[in-house]
Amino acid sequence: MSNYSYIVWIPLLPLLTFLLLGLFGRRYVKNFSGILGSASLLVSTVLSLLAARQYFLQDGQLNGVYQKIIAFKFTWLEFSPNVSIDISAVIDPISVMMLVVVTFVSLMVHVFSLGYMKGEERFATYYAYLGLFTFSMLGLVLSGNLFQIYMFWELVGVSSYLLIGYYYYKPSAVAASKKAFIVTRFADLGFLIGILVLAFYGQTLDISMLIERLTSTQSAEFTGITTAGFLGVSMLTWGLSLVFIGGAGKSAMFPLHIWLPDAMEGPTPVSALIHAATMVVAGVYLVARLFPIFSVDGVSLQLVTYVGAFSALLAAIIACTQTDIKRVLAYSTMSQIGYMMFALGVSKQGGESGLGYMASMFHLFTHAFFKSLLFLGAGAVIHLVHSNDMKDMGGLRKLMPVTHIAFLVGCLAIAGVPPFAGFFSKEEILLAAFHSNKLIFGVALFTAALTSFYMFRLYFSIFWNKEAAHHPHDHGEGTFSMKFPLVILAICAVVVGFVPFAHFVTSDGVALETHMDLGFSAVPVGLSLLAILLASVMYRVANDKPDKVAGTMGGLYKAASRKFYMDELYLFITKKIIFPLVGQPIAWIDKNIVDGLMNWLAAVTAKISELIKGLQSGKVQNYALYFFGGVAALGVLFIYIWK
Amino acid sequence: MNSIPLTHILFVSTALFCIGMYGLFTRRNMITMLMSIELMLNSVNINFVAFNKYLWPEKLDGIFFTLFIITIAAAEAAIAIAIIINLYRSHNSIDVEDATELKY
Repeated sequence: MSNYSYIVWIPLLPLLTFLLLGLFGRRYVKNFSGILGSASLLVSTVLSLLAARQYFLQDGQLNGVYQKIIAFKFTWLEFSPNVSIDISAVIDPISVMMLVVVTFVSLMVHVFSLGYMKGEERFATYYAYLGLFTFSMLGLVLSGNLFQIYMFWELVGVSSYLLIGYYYYKPSAVAASKKAFIVTRFADLGFLIGILVLAFYGQTLDISMLIERLTSTQSAEFTGITTAGFLGVSMLTWGLSLVFIGGAGKSAMFPLHIWLPDAMEGPTPVSALIHAATMVVAGVYLVARLFPIFSVDGVSLQLVTYVGAFSALLAAIIACTQTDIKRVLAYSTMSQIGYMMFALGVSKQGGESGLGYMASMFHLFTHAFFKSLLFLGAGAVIHLVHSNDMKDMGGLRKLMPVTHIAFLVGCLAIAGVPPFAGFFSKEEILLAAFHSNKLIFGVALFTAALTSFYMFRLYFSIFWNKEAAHHPHDHGEGTFSMKFPLVILAICAVVVGFVPFAHFVTSDGVALETHMDLGFSAVPVGLSLLAILLASVMYRVANDKPDKVAGTMGGLYKAASRKFYMDELYLFITKKIIFPLVGQPIAWIDKNIVDGLMNWLAAVTAKISELIKGLQSGKVQNYALYFFGGVAALGVLFIYIWK
Repeated sequence: MNSIPLTHILFVSTALFCIGMYGLFTRRNMITMLMSIELMLNSVNINFVAFNKYLWPEKLDGIFFTLFIITIAAAEAAIAIAIIINLYRSHNSIDVEDATELKY
């Protein structure tokens, strides 16, 4: 095995930037913080591209199978010889792929923010947070230990919280950051219990060892975990489902998706990085990491499938009705992640039937590029218009030609129009779904059409629709640093689909042959084009058709535009059920019994000290008297009583 | 030689000790208190010498003890007078009743 130890610098460089900018940024580095952060990330990106080249093209393979290489490992906390928490950097196809995606998108976002965040007072803090996030995400993807994943998982959550609440003077941003943190924390509780269940039965926290033990039907651990059960479901299913709940929380799957649209309160480049390309796919990545174990347990895999498919459909329907452009993109993200989830769910481990796994990872890969492109494009639009609402936009194609073209490319990519990136990955997902579950296939097909519709609704509303005479242009399209990432990402959104992904990333490391089936592709592509046509009829020029359609849809439209009342439902459950029935009794116990005991102890101590404080009179002769009295008493005691 | 019985000597030392103790408890002047302490130490010295003489006349342990106690008493007096001088500097008096800051 060749040397991969340089890989630890990929996460460490952003960490160093974070420390430097976090401690000294606001006072000393100031306006250079952006350059500094981007430069260190550029090094990380180059290193991860080098690592990818070395791994995929030179020495990752052994007899045609991509190996898992441990680049770095040390035992941090050892509970017993078997169970320990290690800090490690593991290289395998998906972690290398994620390294490239995370560093590249992060670099683009860093560069874009140079222009977008210019003049912000907390400019250095912003870059410090970005560094922290990038570090945590990279640490997460490199983890070889389940508990290490959990630690970085929480770090990612914290940096997401910090970045959503970046505009801390806006109450809505504060509420959104709290909501994101609480919802994902709640899901992480499931994740933690899941880890403990798996570690308890698997007797290890090391992922590869866990996979080895829990997938071979002969091992004692496998027998243990499948025979033990709770409420009629085996512990294996419980453990995996709980882990999946953690993943669903981070990846905004139904019903834990409610934080994602609100998270759009953060700065737009942050949404591009965290809530589109990297952090939200952590759940998918987690399921993929543990996929060999998931693949032996049909029940939890079914859960993954149906939750994914339902989320994809639900989010797509909601996205059609939103008017805030970032929220449309947020729901579209949720929908695409649903795609990745059910693609994993319909997959099997190894060989031809592992197509879904490969398709899911492929979609993750392409999605990162075109979705961050769309978000950055939306950021550029918001930068110009100073509003998130598509009603305030229209006709912007003349004002911002570069953004227009880039955004169009992004829309075509997500709609799955060949030859853009999204087409290839989506075809693989649809194919995988078609071969395993016709119902899921139908949902996926319908969602794909909806996706094209709402994306082009967005596109036409921003760039066409009405004339843009009313915009005061105090500044043009944006600085070079804002256009440059858009162009790069647009190029990526065109070309990454041609990466022979199936040769590199598969469930078992063996290259997979994929072939385009023209007959099969015709239906989804046709549907997409139809949907685009429909969107163009409805939104290309301002007219009253959208309102009429909304009118005929009636209740469904209203429900969808209110996000199917999920927020209200959560509020009802928390405010009307959990707070009065659980929260208040616990608060009463805390106030009266726990605090009461402590207060009583303190009061008793105070009373006693009040009584005896007179002894400390400050008169030295009194003390001498006590002393002699004590000696005399001891004398009497020893001479007459104890003899 | 043994015309004076041991008990007489013990009476003297006990009286000396009690006088010292009384002085320590009642006098407010620190120098007088120091003198009272010296009285108590000397009563102990008398005890040591007397017991040595009457019970083990062939040994010298008690007398050595006395010598040590005298030495220590001298050192103690030096320290005590230093303390008294410092007290006088800070409180302008050597009355112990005037130095009662360290109370509740």
